[in-house]
Amino acid sequence: MTEIQSVQIITLTIDGKPVGASGGETILDVAKQNQVFIPTLCHLEGLIPYGACRLCLVEIKGNNKLVPACITKVAEGMEVITNNERLQRFRRWILELLFTERNHVCSVCVANGFCELQSLAEVLGMDHVRLPYLHPKFVVDATHDRFVSDNNRCILCGRCVRVCSDIEGAHTLDIMGRGIKARIVSDLDDDWGNSPTCTRCSKCVQVCPTGAIKEKGRRSVGEKFKHRDVIAHLAEMREAAREED
Amino acid sequence: MQRLSNLPDPPNSDEKWKGVQLVMRKHGQSPHALIETLHAVQHAFGYLDRDSLTYVSDALGVPLSKVYGVATFYQYFTLKKPGTHNCVVCTGTACYIKGVPKLVEALKERYGMALDEVSADGSLTLQSACCIGTCGLAPIASVDGEELGRLSAEELLDKLEEVIHGDA
Ligand code: SF4
Ligand code: FES
Repeated sequence: MTEIQSVQIITLTIDGKPVGASGGETILDVAKQNQVFIPTLCHLEGLIPYGACRLCLVEIKGNNKLVPACITKVAEGMEVITNNERLQRFRRWILELLFTERNHVCSVCVANGFCELQSLAEVLGMDHVRLPYLHPKFVVDATHDRFVSDNNRCILCGRCVRVCSDIEGAHTLDIMGRGIKARIVSDLDDDWGNSPTCTRCSKCVQVCPTGAIKEKGRRSVGEKFKHRDVIAHLAEMREAAREED
Repeated sequence: MQRLSNLPDPPNSDEKWKGVQLVMRKHGQSPHALIETLHAVQHAFGYLDRDSLTYVSDALGVPLSKVYGVATFYQYFTLKKPGTHNCVVCTGTACYIKGVPKLVEALKERYGMALDEVSADGSLTLQSACCIGTCGLAPIASVDGEELGRLSAEELLDKLEEVIHGDA
């Protein structure tokens, strides 16, 4: 049975403003279309949404739980609140926790100035940290001839894992363990440089929001310029190719 | 039907692999059988070594890093060959308050190792558990499956000497 699927049109409000959306879109999609800013970290256009960082939490009237905008689908009549004192407080807390968990010392980081964690802290006004820093000492893997993985700067957003498995199809990287000990590994926690699966595509470098995965030869601070939109482009091209088949 | 019955050869000739393969077949050798399969390997061999992880990855078509991620996420799986004897110390809240740090300290002093390690001579595994479920008896440890409540450091060390030297 072939039938043209009718697109369901949904109306909802975002911060009191009535907006239209099509069914299946997430709150984040619709907010973006309407120029409403919702902070995100684990989300990246082109990758399958993950819902890990919780920075995109928003309120929905009549629901006493906060929901992540990046993985929550819009529904008819929904009243979304994307910004208020409470949400800002929670978002700053999340950032503070991220900062204390690993060693995010911007002044000596290649990503200084191109880091999404850093810029969100600026935008959301997280200017000091009230918790003790954990100062972990993860081993830096510099065995690869092109890339370095430094778990001390990782926020476990899973972008590198998703781009490696879903876009590149190599799935060299994944997250091992759990809790504060969780970290990025290649294959069976082997040296990245000897990985039989890594294709050296460098997509992980492009998507990493911090300086946790970087290209070699970039030794100085603030050198890590990235082309993040390349992944959305690849995903789109792939989708188009699939539709042609 | 997927590639049933053409499972790759196991890493060695141990008969126990047959049981593991049976579990994989039962689940259609699909990537979804990962956890079940790891359970079977853990059950058969007592731990998951590199060869087993590589084999499971290969047989189910699950990337190595994903197999490793799952194997290290669940406490049930161990990647190191366990010691002959095993001691689980509860580090849950009640036991913590009732003095588990002292037990851990004493174990460290006597055996020179922290929780979740295996002694160099392979005679003892120390493990931590986040609540064994009998908080009324805190602090609790179990030695070779025997639960010991309201435990002092001396009692624990004595018990361990007893089981370890009972072998000799
Ligand atoms: S290495 Fe970078 S991209 Fe990968 S999980 Fe960590 S912060 Fe995210
Ligand atoms: S962006 Fe939504 S949870 Fe990370």
